[in-house]
Parts: sequence; C-alpha cells; structure tokens
Amino acid sequence: MIRFDKVGKRFGDVSVLRELDFHVGRGERVTLIGPSGSGKTTILRLLMTLERVTSGTIHVDGQCLSHMRRGDRQVPADERHLRQVRKKIGMVFQQFNLFPNMNVLRNITEAPVRALGVPREQAEDKAHELLKMVGLADKAHAHPSQLSGGQQQRVAIARALAMEPEVLLLDEVTSALDPELVSGVQNLLRDIAHQGNLTLLCVTHEMNFARDISHRVLMFDQGQIVEEGPPEQIFTEPAQQRTRDFLQAVLDA
Amino acid sequence: MIWDWDWTMEILPDLLTQGLLVTLQATLGGAVLAFVLGLFVALLRRSRRSYISRPVGAISEFIRSTPLLVQLFVLYYVMPDFGVRMTALTTGIIGLGVHYASYTSEVYRAGIDGVPKGQWEAAIALNLPRHWTWISVILPQAVRRSLPALGNYLVAIFKESPQLSIITVVDVIGLARELGSERFRYLEPMTIAGLFFLLIAIPASILIRRMERRFDT
Amino acid sequence: MITINPCSAELPGALGETMPFLCDGTVITLQSAIGGSVIAIAIALPVGLMATSRHRRARAVARVYMEFFRGTSVLVQLFWLFYAMPLLTGFQLDKIFAGVLALGLNLGAYGSEVVRGAVRAVPRGQREAAVALNFSPFQRMRYVVLPQAFVEMVPPMNNLLIELLKATSLLSAITVADLAYEGRLLVNSGSDQLIVFALLLVIYFLLSYLITLLMRFVERRAARVVGRERPRRRAARTVEAAR
Repeated sequence: MIRFDKVGKRFGDVSVLRELDFHVGRGERVTLIGPSGSGKTTILRLLMTLERVTSGTIHVDGQCLSHMRRGDRQVPADERHLRQVRKKIGMVFQQFNLFPNMNVLRNITEAPVRALGVPREQAEDKAHELLKMVGLADKAHAHPSQLSGGQQQRVAIARALAMEPEVLLLDEVTSALDPELVSGVQNLLRDIAHQGNLTLLCVTHEMNFARDISHRVLMFDQGQIVEEGPPEQIFTEPAQQRTRDFLQAVLDA
Repeated sequence: MIWDWDWTMEILPDLLTQGLLVTLQATLGGAVLAFVLGLFVALLRRSRRSYISRPVGAISEFIRSTPLLVQLFVLYYVMPDFGVRMTALTTGIIGLGVHYASYTSEVYRAGIDGVPKGQWEAAIALNLPRHWTWISVILPQAVRRSLPALGNYLVAIFKESPQLSIITVVDVIGLARELGSERFRYLEPMTIAGLFFLLIAIPASILIRRMERRFDT
Repeated sequence: MITINPCSAELPGALGETMPFLCDGTVITLQSAIGGSVIAIAIALPVGLMATSRHRRARAVARVYMEFFRGTSVLVQLFWLFYAMPLLTGFQLDKIFAGVLALGLNLGAYGSEVVRGAVRAVPRGQREAAVALNFSPFQRMRYVVLPQAFVEMVPPMNNLLIELLKATSLLSAITVADLAYEGRLLVNSGSDQLIVFALLLVIYFLLSYLITLLMRFVERRAARVVGRERPRRRAARTVEAAR
C-alpha cells in the first residue's frame, strides 16, 4: 500500500531522513516510535504531500506521490496529480486544526462537498453518523471553540474519516490533550482500528496505545529505522541498545 | 520628446537645494516636536487622575480623527487673530508636530504597556520612588521598544510634509508648483519632486523594516 | 418634537450662513471617500494575495506597486496625476476622478499590506488541514484562509478608512469642492474663521466616528463567524497607520 524507496529529506543543511526504505501493507497498522527529531512526523507529512522528498520515491497504492509520467518522462507532480493521490489519504493532526470559521457539522461536510462533490444532504447524513460514532452526536451545531480539546480531536477524526481514506495518518494525536482526555480519544481510535480495514500509520509517544493498535512497530533514530517488529517483541525484548534506552526514557517520564 | 531636458537641468539645482532644504527642515522640526510631545501625551494619558487622562485622551483622539490640512488652516488663519504671528514654515512644523504627536503617543503607550509587569514589581520590591521607576526603569525600555515605530512616523512625516505647500510653504512640492505655474508646465518639476520622495522614502522604510526585524530578535 | 435640518439656511447667525455650503462639501467629501475606498479595496485584495503568492514574479509585481505608492503621499500623487500626467499622455483627467484615483491607488497600497499580513497570520496548520482534506488551492483560499484572514483585516482597515477620509481634504488643493474647500472659500469670503474651521473639524470627526461605528459592527459580525467572543481591540491601530 505504501512504499518508501531510498527516501531522503533535508531541511537546509539538516538531513532528517536518510535513504529510508520501508513498506506498509494494505490494512496494516504501523506505529512509528523514537526520540523527537528522529523524522517520524516528517514521514507522515511527506505522505500527506505537506512536504516534498529531497531524493527517492514514495508510492501509495502503486501511484508515485512526488512524480508523474508525462509521455515517458518523470516530471514533478502537479496539483491535479497530487489531489488524485491525496484522495486515498487522511490525516489527524496534533493540534486538531479544526476550521474556526465553520461549525462542527460544516468542518466535517465541507471537504466531501467541495473536494469530492458529494451532495450536501448526503454528506450531512454521513457526518451525523460519524459524530454519533465519536460520541458527539449533540455537538453538530457547536462551534469548535466551545469544545474541549478531546472533543475537538474527536471531530477532527470524524472529519478525516468523512473523506473515506484508505490510509489514515495519526500525528501525535493525543500529545496536545490534557491528561484526563487522552484515554477517551485513544479508546475511540482503538475501536476504529479494530473494526475497519484502514491502513494506519501512527506517530505516538504513548507506548501502551502503540502496543494495542499496531501490527508492527518501527523504531526510528536519526532518520533511519533502527529496529522493527511486532509490538510484543519491541516492547518486551528489544534487540537494540538504542531502543532499550529510548523505552527506558519514555517509561521514566 | 515631450520631456524637456534643458529645463530639467535648469530647475533641478533649485529643487535639490532650496526645496529639499525646506522639506527637511519641516520634517525634522515636525518629528522632534511629535516625538517629544507624544511622550508627554502618553504619560498624561497614563495619569491616575482621570481629570487629566480623559481630556488629554479625547483631544488626542480628536486630532487623530481630523485632517492635518484643516488643522494647518486653523493654525495659519486663526492664530494671527489671537496675536500669534509665525512664518508659514513654523506654523507647518507645529501642525505636523501636534498632528503626529497624537500618533506617536500611541506608540509610546504600546511601548510602556510592553514593559513586563515584573519590572514594576521589581522596582517596588527595591522601594524605588514612583517617578524614579518611570525615569530609570520603565521609560528607557519603553522608548527602546518604540524606536522602530517612531522611525516609521519619521518617514510618514516626511511624506506628508508637502501638505505645508498648501499654506504657502515653499518646500519641494511648493517650489515645483511655483516653477510649473511660471510656464504652465508641471511635468518636469512635479516628476522630479515626486522622485525625490521615492528616492528618500523607499530606502528609509526598508532600513526601518530591517531595524524592526533586529529589534524583534 | 421639532426636527432641525442642520443644512438649513434658516439656522441662526453664522450657522445659517455657513452650514448650507459645508453640507454641500460634506456630500463631495463622502462621495470621494466612498469612491476612494471602493478602488482601494478592489486593489488591496488581489495585490495583497499576490504578495503572499508562491510565485516570485507575482510577489515582485505586488511589492513594486506597494513600495511605489507608499513611497509618496497622496498629495504628491494627486498633483502628479492632475498636473504632470496630462502632458505625458495628452489626456486630462477630470479633477474628481483624478482625486478619487489617487486616493484609491495610495490607500490600496496600504490595504494590500493589511491583506498580506492578515493572510499570513492564518496559522499554517489551517492550510495543512485543508491540504489533508484535499481542497484545491482556490478552495483553500476561499473557504479556509480568507474567512479567517478577514477578521484580522477589519481593525487595521478601520484605521485606513479614517486615513482615507482625512486624505480627501487634499482634493481641495486641486479645487474639488469638498468640505475643506468649501470651508476655505467661506473664510475667504469673510465668514468667521473660528466658527467655520471648528465646524469643519467637528464634521470630519463625526464622519471618522461613523466609520469606526460601522467597522465595529462589521468586526463583531466577523468575530462571531470564527467564534471569537471578544475581538482584541485597538491593538494595531498606530503601527498600521504609519506604514
């Protein structure tokens, strides 16, 4: 479903990702862990086309993200191509990023209506369904600023799901929440992960959450994969010293 | 060719020396007055006595909400009735200074508000007298914060100084109008005068933007 | 209840002598201010957006326009349009039109800066969320960025409109019969200077106040759109006006 081939990403002189290769299968749920600055979030941002690769290629469902074919040459992707690929991908952000100029319902329906051309009524029915699923059926006409952080993040999740993505990217979705709101959002995501066949790519510092939802865990350091394997293995008997140090540090915190 | 180069060369020296000199006098005079007066207005507006702060605030707001040109008229036509006689240039400088003091006072005010509360508290903890707190702690910091914005107003005063030509001050624009009216031909003097303003104001505002960025960090 | 027509020649003393003329002037002043703001806003929106564009050339064009018209005052631009340009192009603008055009071009440059600043003030996450939801670039601007930027624009626009109103007085220098012109005419024909100029100032002040009331109303509406109960008032007033 997702394939990284020798992907490099630099910001100025700083090399964030180096010759990165990895692969995520359809329906697979993968968690990226590692110290901050190790390039995990950059991977999600590259997939969402918020950043462009410096070198290498990324394929999603067989389609190249950064380039397209024109005749028999590879040329940088244009907006049309990008929008084609983005259709398959959804993202939930650390800071929620709800649109403050729209109420909850419109936050969820606006993209299906504008970007996919779904009739508004149909989009609203779907939105109400999603709101019910995230436990906010009564907040459809509320304004984002009237919601708690946890509620905002639930709306953001519903908003991403409304686009019916095949791949969902979760970028530290509970890091900006007050401690008592974290578990609610995590439980919701756990349900979503276990009932659908979404391909899930998740960056998180919550190791229990990572253990619950993922098939596979990738440990990152300095732009490279240090170790990977099923969560039981990574969390109970990590092979690498750096993984052990990292887990130790997280557990102490 | 429409442009008359001979005449250009003939009038350029006058515009450059005589005209620009008056413009600079008006600008600097107006700016100094605006910067000093503005500080006093800002302090009076901070006064705890509302019978001082309220009227000062209202007058300042009034001056800022009405055109400089009409204020110049008042100074130029009405003041002599009260026995105050001044040259047109002096009148203009006072007009510019008073008008822009209503803007600079806001700059100082923001500067004063921008001084962290901890500075006041530290001064109280050290038992500094109130007036001394102002002089040695608050104002130096506030004025420093205000400098970039004051620079902007210096440029603004420079750009608006041509309004003085309407009350017969012979600045760059006044001179350009005079020269133009002699031949009924304004193209050359007006264009040259306009270019003067561009050539001074654009580099000046770029410089101030740089300064602003430096002060930010 | 008796209603008094403030423009009536029946008013007692100096008021009756002067108010009819000042009212005529007020109408011209208002017309110039409205004409100027329509042009200014029509310029500020596209140029301000160009200044935030990804395309270097669009940014450069916007920059040149903004620097050029902010580099000189309305009066200089007005004189140039009215006195100098006809020789160059062989075509004389009507004085009111020259005046309104100069106001619009000048304040449009300041307005562009306001639009640019407001668009850039929209948090990056908002744009990114719009990308993630697969909005087109136009839709991102139209449905996400601009509605939020609009709220930021209102207070500095209020200041600019007041600056524009004040600048209409300069039209009197090319004999447009606005408020300042009528006032000066009255003084030259022997009316009491103190009364005439005091009335001028009061009328300008009331017009400024009217603009502020209007913009506060707009601001409240706009703030409600993005769910901000109490907009931050007065913050940028002076700094913006200086630019």
